[in-house]
Amino acid sequence: MTTTRGTELGTLTIGAWTARPRIGTTDIDPYSRATITRNGELPIGTGDGIAFTARADDKKKPLDGRCDVVVSGVTPAARFWTLTLYDNKGHLVANSLQRYGFTSEEIVRGADGGFEIHIASRARAGNWLPTGGIERYSLMFRLYDTPVGVATRTKRDAPMPQIATVGCP
Amino acid sequence: MIRILFTIIAGVLLGGVVHLVSVLALPRIATQDAYSRLTPITKLNAVTQIPAADPGNTLMPYLDPAVAVAVCRYDLSTGPIKLSVPVSQAYTSVSFYTRNELAYYAINDRSAGKKVIELDLMTEAQHEALPEDEDITAADRLIIDSPSTTGLIVLKALAPEPGLMAQAQASLANSSCQVQVDQPPAKQAEVPVPLPAPPPAPRGRR
Repeated sequence: MTTTRGTELGTLTIGAWTARPRIGTTDIDPYSRATITRNGELPIGTGDGIAFTARADDKKKPLDGRCDVVVSGVTPAARFWTLTLYDNKGHLVANSLQRYGFTSEEIVRGADGGFEIHIASRARAGNWLPTGGIERYSLMFRLYDTPVGVATRTKRDAPMPQIATVGCP
Repeated sequence: MIRILFTIIAGVLLGGVVHLVSVLALPRIATQDAYSRLTPITKLNAVTQIPAADPGNTLMPYLDPAVAVAVCRYDLSTGPIKLSVPVSQAYTSVSFYTRNELAYYAINDRSAGKKVIELDLMTEAQHEALPEDEDITAADRLIIDSPSTTGLIVLKALAPEPGLMAQAQASLANSSCQVQVDQPPAKQAEVPVPLPAPPPAPRGRR
C-alpha cells in the first residue's frame, strides 16, 4: 500500500496539487524510492524540473472523468509547463483527438493572459482535454526549468492553478 | 494478561521490522523497475530513442507525451563515457540515474549555456585517476561523477506542440554516448585509432 501510493513525507502541497521536490535528488526518502522502483518510473531530476500531481479538485472531490472539471488561473515561473491526464496506472487515456495534455505554448489564453482548460468526456470549446469517460484520473503538472523546488514552501512562491468540478451528469 | 500484552508488543515490533526491511530492500530487489524495463530495448553505452508516450505504450508509467525521450544505458567498467547532446529548439535536458533509479544529477540547456551539452561521465575512481596536468579538466568539459558503475542517462527534448515532436526526436537522434578510448592511465603521446564515431561527435584533439 505505502509503496504503490507513497506517503506524505517531504511533500509540498499547494491547493489540490502535491509534489515531492526531493524525489529528484539523492536526498529522496525511502518510501518514494520504493514507490518509484516498484512502479518502474524515473523521477524528474531537480535540475530538470518538478512534477505536481492532483487526484482531487480544490474541494477534495476525487477527479471524475464523467464530470466537467475546469483547471484555471496562474502558473509558477517556468520556461515551459505541461499538463497531462493519466489513468490510475499512470498511462495515457485513449481518445480520438490524440490529446493527452497541453503545454504552456499551445494553450489558448484570454486577453489577461489567464487560461481555462476544460476536462470533460464530451467536446468543449477552447482548451478541451478529453477524459474518455473514465471514472478516476489524475493530473500531472510539470514545470521545466523552474525556480520551484526544494526551497519552495508556500503558494506565494508557486501559484498553482485552481481545479474545480463545475458539473456532473 | 501479561502474556497477551507481550504477544501484541512482539507482533507490532515484528511488523515494524518487516515494514522497514521491505521498504528499504525494495529498490534493490524490484524486477520491474525502470532500468529492467529499459534493458531489453536499449543498447549499452549508446543512445536509444524511447517510443513516444501513447495509450498503447505501457513501457513506463507517467511519461510526458510532450517530451521526446532517449536513453543511454551506461556501464563505466571499461572507461569513462563521453556524452554529447545537441540543444533542440525548445528545451533540452539530460538527467542521470543510478542503477537503482536514484536521480543524482540533471542539467538543462540553459544551465549548460552552449549549443551542445557535453559531459564526461566517470566513476569517482576514474576521476581521481585523471592526470592533473591534463587540460581536459579545464572548464570546457563538465565532469560528472557517477555513484554507481551502471545506470541510465535520460535525454529529453520538449515538443511545445504535437507537430514539433518529430523535430525534437530528430534533435535527440544527433546525440552520442560512448566509451572514451583516448583515456589514460597509459600516458600515450598519440591518440590510438579513433572510434568509427557518428558524424556529430565533437572530439577536440589535444
